[in-house]
Amino acid sequence: MKIKGLDKVIIIGSGAIKIGEAGEFDYSTSQAIKALREEGIETIVVNPNIATIHTDKKFADKVYSVPIRKEFVEEILAKERPQGILLGFGGQTALNCGMELAESGILEKYAVQVLGTSINSIEMADNRELFKTTMVANGIPVPKSRKASDLASALEAARQIGYPVIVRVAYTLGGQGSGVAFDDGKLKEIAQRGLAYSRIQQILVEEYLDKWKEVEYEVMRDHDDNCTIVCNMENMDPMGIHTGDSIVVAPSQTLTNREYNILRTTAQRVIRALGIIGECNIQFALDPRSEQFRVIEVNSRLSRSSALASKATGYPIAYIAAKLSIGYALPELANRMTGVTTACFEPSLDYIVVKAPRWDFRKFRRVSNEIGTQMKSVGEVMAIGRCFEEAIQKAIRMLDLRRELTDVDDLGRSWRRIKRELQEPTDQRVFYVVKALKSGFTVDEVSKLSGIDPWFLDKFLNILRGETELKQRGFCKETVGESKILGFSDRKIGRLVRRSEEDVRQFRKTEHIIPCTKQIDTLAAEWPANTNYLYLTYGGTEDDLPFVDQDKVVVLGSGCYRIGSSVEFDWCCVNMGLALRKPRRQVIMVNCNPETVSTDFDVLDKLYFEELTIERILDIIDKEKPKGVVLSVGGQTPNNLAPGLAQHVTILGTSPVSIDTAEDRSKFGLLLDRLGIDQPEWSKLETLEGAAKFADKIGYPVLIRPSYVLSGAAMNVAFDEPQMIQYIREASRISKEYPVVISKFVTGAREVEADGVSDGENVFIGAVIEHVENAGVHSGDATMSIPTITIKEGSRERIMDYARRIAKALVIKGPFNIQFLVKNGEVQVIECNLRASRSMPFVSKMTGTNLMDLAAKAIMGEKIPDGEGKATGFGVKAPQFSFTRLDKADPVTGVEMVSTGEVACFGDNFQDAFITALIASNFYVPRRGDSVLITMGKTRRGIIPYAKMLAENGYRIYSTRHTAEELSEVGIESTILYKVREKKSPNILDYITSGRIKLVINIPSHEEDAESRLVLRDEYVIRRRAAEFGIPVVTNLELAQALVRSLISYNRNAGPLTPAGHEGPPTGSQRSDPSATSHIAKLRSGPSRIPVTALAEG
Amino acid sequence: MDDSRAAVLALEDGTVLRGKGFGAPTDVSGEVVFNTSMIGYPELLTDPSYFRQIVVMTYPILGSYGVPSFSISDKHGIPLHYESDSIKIKGYVIHTLSNPSHWSSDEGLDEWLTEENVPGIRGLDTRALTRRIRSKGTMLGFLKVSEASVTDEEVAVRLQKLVDPNEDDLVRSVTTAEPIHYVNNSDSTLVLVDCGVKYGILRNLLETGVNVVRVPYDSSVDDILEFEPSGIVISNGPGDPKKCRTTIETASRLLQTDIPILGICLGMQILALAAGGDTYKLKFGHRAVNHPCLDLKTGRCYITTQNHGYSVIPSSIDQTQFEVRFLNANDKTVEGIQHKNKKAVGVQWHPESSPGPYDTQFLFEQFVRESMKG
Repeated sequence: MKIKGLDKVIIIGSGAIKIGEAGEFDYSTSQAIKALREEGIETIVVNPNIATIHTDKKFADKVYSVPIRKEFVEEILAKERPQGILLGFGGQTALNCGMELAESGILEKYAVQVLGTSINSIEMADNRELFKTTMVANGIPVPKSRKASDLASALEAARQIGYPVIVRVAYTLGGQGSGVAFDDGKLKEIAQRGLAYSRIQQILVEEYLDKWKEVEYEVMRDHDDNCTIVCNMENMDPMGIHTGDSIVVAPSQTLTNREYNILRTTAQRVIRALGIIGECNIQFALDPRSEQFRVIEVNSRLSRSSALASKATGYPIAYIAAKLSIGYALPELANRMTGVTTACFEPSLDYIVVKAPRWDFRKFRRVSNEIGTQMKSVGEVMAIGRCFEEAIQKAIRMLDLRRELTDVDDLGRSWRRIKRELQEPTDQRVFYVVKALKSGFTVDEVSKLSGIDPWFLDKFLNILRGETELKQRGFCKETVGESKILGFSDRKIGRLVRRSEEDVRQFRKTEHIIPCTKQIDTLAAEWPANTNYLYLTYGGTEDDLPFVDQDKVVVLGSGCYRIGSSVEFDWCCVNMGLALRKPRRQVIMVNCNPETVSTDFDVLDKLYFEELTIERILDIIDKEKPKGVVLSVGGQTPNNLAPGLAQHVTILGTSPVSIDTAEDRSKFGLLLDRLGIDQPEWSKLETLEGAAKFADKIGYPVLIRPSYVLSGAAMNVAFDEPQMIQYIREASRISKEYPVVISKFVTGAREVEADGVSDGENVFIGAVIEHVENAGVHSGDATMSIPTITIKEGSRERIMDYARRIAKALVIKGPFNIQFLVKNGEVQVIECNLRASRSMPFVSKMTGTNLMDLAAKAIMGEKIPDGEGKATGFGVKAPQFSFTRLDKADPVTGVEMVSTGEVACFGDNFQDAFITALIASNFYVPRRGDSVLITMGKTRRGIIPYAKMLAENGYRIYSTRHTAEELSEVGIESTILYKVREKKSPNILDYITSGRIKLVINIPSHEEDAESRLVLRDEYVIRRRAAEFGIPVVTNLELAQALVRSLISYNRNAGPLTPAGHEGPPTGSQRSDPSATSHIAKLRSGPSRIPVTALAEG
Repeated sequence: MDDSRAAVLALEDGTVLRGKGFGAPTDVSGEVVFNTSMIGYPELLTDPSYFRQIVVMTYPILGSYGVPSFSISDKHGIPLHYESDSIKIKGYVIHTLSNPSHWSSDEGLDEWLTEENVPGIRGLDTRALTRRIRSKGTMLGFLKVSEASVTDEEVAVRLQKLVDPNEDDLVRSVTTAEPIHYVNNSDSTLVLVDCGVKYGILRNLLETGVNVVRVPYDSSVDDILEFEPSGIVISNGPGDPKKCRTTIETASRLLQTDIPILGICLGMQILALAAGGDTYKLKFGHRAVNHPCLDLKTGRCYITTQNHGYSVIPSSIDQTQFEVRFLNANDKTVEGIQHKNKKAVGVQWHPESSPGPYDTQFLFEQFVRESMKG
């Protein structure tokens, strides 16, 4: 039963999206909120991730968009006085914050009870040493390991453990210095190197579970000790590749009943030994040649895997875990799928689920594309099928890579290359596995090299056989039918038999080769389930449910998360879906991303967990016969389907012709010319010669822009002709069917965006947003402010006027986003997107007007008011980068987006909001007395006055000789460090590695001559090393200037600030009790005061 | 795999499904039931409780880890992956057949079924079929694998001739002919009344260290008492419990002694009937490894393996010396009964699991402990 006296609970979120912590926590937190609110418990959420759904009014009772840090949370506890706190729903960020709160006695001070898994248990699962001891004490096998501090003890350790062993080095990041040894000779070499790397002269010699199977169990436990397994999952990629970067299937495929249940029972013993209440994820390594196994790791909280398991089974893990946390026992809870059976059971699947990761290495400069024990993927998809072949082929298409599983002809052909890819995996791994099999490698060979179980490889062979069959036997009912069962798309079949996708589709329909709709019901049809959670498959003959003719609208989701398309588009989809809901209307969601709220089958009327391809959407439309489809809220993926879908179905909202006009850069350029709206000089690319001539005319730098892309893919600034030609080639490859445009790259301009909604006549501008950085930094990576900070009223009026004229000219019916340049009072338009934008959740929450509510009206043909969103105070949105996770990636921003997430914080003035946002994006804000390293190229002297401000305000400046000389000319004293390439001490790298430098301001040089190349190399090494050691790096001049100004202003101000309130009625500026800002005193040595403000009240 | 073989599955309601054949080219008839476990087909296929049933698997991919070697066994020589010495089901109905991949595998599922003369049909929409069985109830059906496609006429004729296996005393065919002794060098001996016992029950009992004598299901009370048992286990088995007249009679006389008795599945139904209770046939039975059973005494809920088509009528227990101890948390059917003042218990599920979760294996140890106190 529910714990008595619990009526207010605080839930800690996970903050910005970063590699390893993504949208899955939006899902888990929203489920927790639902579970609590049903019980009449008031929910307070702490999360600065503005783009999440659970931070909406519709979900949480109250939201604090502040950094997930002890000081901030303490203030909230003091103000809100909740009785309980949930730590298990916001990933490792929430868990860490909770541990700090407990350790510092804050939870005790405010009498806040940790609900669910106790702090003790969290500690036991999280602390490696403690975990190992607990497992050993309970007779549960873990990898054998021993510490060694010299060569002799390392060799002795290996002898005790048995070869092979892996050597791990204490206190290094990114696994530096570690290695695998199969014998004494190799161990000597690795151990010597490792001992040298280690700061404390210590290495860990551990049993190496080379190519063991990696299996995961999702386990629930209540306070009565009832304990169930929701799902088990098997990684196709063995130990050595992070589960987040592995292809994963559910349920396990290659385990016998005994293996499955030995691990299952062990999982129960583990969760009991740790005393976890709620949910945990347990990872096992299983010997592929015996029943031996090891417990590798336990996540004592909701995780990416648990979100996947929820979607894979239909069992709402986070929701149930929240109920268990507030005192319920499993048998007291119902299985929501049936409504009559209990939640205390283990789901049975009658399908197979395949999860596939998506990497975005191409976005980064210099990055290594190898994958291994550290997670590097930025998103994932989940495919459901009745056989592995179907599911894996679907999954690969869902990744939206413009490549199907068997499209491998363009990959390296040599056996050596293929072998290397199998042994040293990269993001191309799955394609090289197919390539190897296609090139004549045997299943055994591929299995030995890659560690992938032959079971999977045999299925890949089936797919390849299907392809051969189709080519040999030709296009007929049998071959097409077989191909569809194996998961081939119409397009691929068409390519194999030289027919168009449309031809194949027509043929299929004539021959009645159509997929059927199956429900996900947790019980494999054993019980009648009224579930609306659906998928399509060719592995069946019968639809599970009848299709009723009624008012239906389909909303297309955003698909796989990737750089540039993340939780913000899910926010748009869910809000659009909710706004479209009406008593007699069915809103149908289509999406394939397990890390989302939109794929929670409870949120809308029907969910198809399916591919976002023309073929699949048409399959769904053939069955459902909806009134129309909304594709303007899921970002670029659904938007790109507009031309293909328009011929078959009503596109709700802005017409596809208008979408094309805006996306096709050349058509859009012509439109602006016709409207007399100023834009940078541009030209459509016809020939390379023409491009060169045009570039010469307008002068470098020039911007190369392909059409129909999101997040600046293949968008580049060229400083000379060879660079331009290289970039044009890249752009043409990305956007084959659509034009590439070259335009003047305007330097020194401010960048401004307008987010709005139009019904074709009336235009509502949510907000005009200004970037802190000058134009040239992708809007997804820019720090942005509402209201604008430097834009004069005249320019602002012009911006509003342009936006209205464009909206009317394109007859926009729905959301839009227009980007502008402002320089010397001149306003130019650079881009217009006729879809929801990344900043719309921010704008909606800042102004209290949900743009999706308006967009839903506009899309359905209703009128919206003409007007503008109103905001009080300042809101600043800041990007979150994940450079540390990506080996070798250069942490600089540019025209292509590289951030993985964002936060937004609020304040009475820009500085308050800005600094809070920086803290929230895990940026260490340097305090007085901290050391700042400044290096700059010749052209970036703009930083000098700011360096002076820092010096005058008690910061210690470090620089290289050249910069130091320039600084000293204006009277700034700085400590000189040797350049990286000088290899002398005191060297910059030593200072970074030892953590003495707290902030790096490095404005990168442009490539000019041989000397500058060396400088560039040096600068890269500095930035990279700083990123590896978690030291903030500022590479943009305007951002550096804003940072310095804000730091100074904070240091100067001492009086209490008035916090600003947001969202809610226009007048609803909820001013918090000034006494509630008591934590400020503790921060005084750094930024002086941060207002803590509730976002959504009531 | 020979792709040219045709196969047909026909149900008594006239449903005719055609797919591809695997296993033996032969034809069979039986009761068509479905099972929702995702794993453990070697155990399932050799479980004597499935005798004369055609089993439909809801999980769509079968054969993935092949057929484990029969020689992998415990220290008493009882195979670890099997529940009897041969395949007991009549026919197998699946969606996809996979090639095997596992270190323990001797051969593929296809070969094994062929060797054991059991036909299989693949390529069917087993979910649709399951939904049909669920809504109409368990049906009789026939399954044929052949070179040539089976004609509609033949199907019609065969459907006329279907016989309900539950009319027969199925246990007679799966019980042991003679007592078998399993020696553990213990002072204590359990008598296991074999109504088609799964190896799993044997493995679990022997694991506790006692001696076990496995006796035919129609053994007399005297036969049983001659072994001076410290406890008696009545095993699982196929079909309608009411067909086991001798066993019911024996059980009712055993209940008059003070020897602890454990009834498992059919064994529990026999105990209930022996005590004066009654049983009925479930619409489509329980065949799964994920059924929650609630202990009414402690409130604890266990995940259990189930395989039964019949169930005890709850109200019929009220008039006996037994009381209901466990309920199925999903459909509230009787899952366990306990004698009000004797050490006699019955569980409807399979605490030995195989396939399935080990959550209730402790019952064996508990029972043996009780018996020792004797």
